[in-house]
Amino acid sequence: MTITVAGVQKEYEDGINVAKLIELEDVETPEYVTVTINDDFVDRGAFESTIIIDGDNVEFLYFMGGGH
Amino acid sequence: MAFTNEQLERYSRHIILKEVGSKGQKKLLDSSVLIIGAGGLGAPAAMYLAASGVGTIGIADADEVDLSNLQRQIIHSTNDVGKAKVLSAKETMEAMNPDVTVNTYRTFVSSDNIMDLIKDYDFIIDGTDNFPAKFLINDACVMAKKPFSHAGIIRFKGQLMTYVPGQGPCYRCVFKNPPPKDAVPTCKQAGVIGAMGGVIGSLQAMEAIKYILGIGDLLTGYLLTYDAINMEFHKIKLPTYTHNCAVCGDNPTITELIDYEQAECDGVL
Ligand SMILES: [Zn+2]
Repeated sequence: MTITVAGVQKEYEDGINVAKLIELEDVETPEYVTVTINDDFVDRGAFESTIIIDGDNVEFLYFMGGGH
Repeated sequence: MAFTNEQLERYSRHIILKEVGSKGQKKLLDSSVLIIGAGGLGAPAAMYLAASGVGTIGIADADEVDLSNLQRQIIHSTNDVGKAKVLSAKETMEAMNPDVTVNTYRTFVSSDNIMDLIKDYDFIIDGTDNFPAKFLINDACVMAKKPFSHAGIIRFKGQLMTYVPGQGPCYRCVFKNPPPKDAVPTCKQAGVIGAMGGVIGSLQAMEAIKYILGIGDLLTGYLLTYDAINMEFHKIKLPTYTHNCAVCGDNPTITELIDYEQAECDGVL
């Protein structure tokens, strides 16, 4: 399947869930990442049960604390 | 109020823009912006707002200028080391533009003072470096119905979003709760490239200016991320359904401000 991850088109095998994609994408601080699929939030509790499908647009949003 | 000849010359590059004009410049001179944190983000934001002729600028910070600040906090100079940041920032802004009135607040923001600090300002800029302050600013601005620009910078990355009441998600809609202490590194622990504050802080100033002028599209409903290494900007559309947010949702569970515990050795600002 072809999905878009952080604005980049990528090929992944069918049937992977959000938790698996987080692992495959080597997401930094996975415990604290916010995930959206097609501009909707995916609840942290639903990372295992949410299967990504062809054409999905996935975004990872990270805490960024600095500024001073 | 008519412009003086000096003002006509000072703001000529603004006044010639059809989106600004003399009307827009008047709006800027009549407006007020509060910058919380006179650091990496707050320094360039403050300088561009002052240069632009934003008539009243508030700056809140409890710290003194440290030599390790000068790699990015361009509003302070070597001679300012040891001086209160708000004072050093005020001197720089007043030297840049005598039209600007600078109000200084030498304090940490907390649940006790933030409502008072923000109440008289049209727009707020979050230039803080820690999550307790970022969540506090968000919640206070939601409760007081104040627009604000959130931003964060670390290493070679930065991001920002704009909250305008009723026009999109707040910071808490996206990030829910602060991460535990030290779970996510701060600038001090991880480092930050100095010019990152210039990029992101200037974008925050741009958002404030556009809000005041009432022009263009703000970063409401979007998170803009910048990766300097790959030289990529990425604009992430945020969910529009945020009715269950704990602070800006339909049935908020957070109705009082919270002082979260912060990582040790980090100031609130
Ligand atoms: Zn919210």
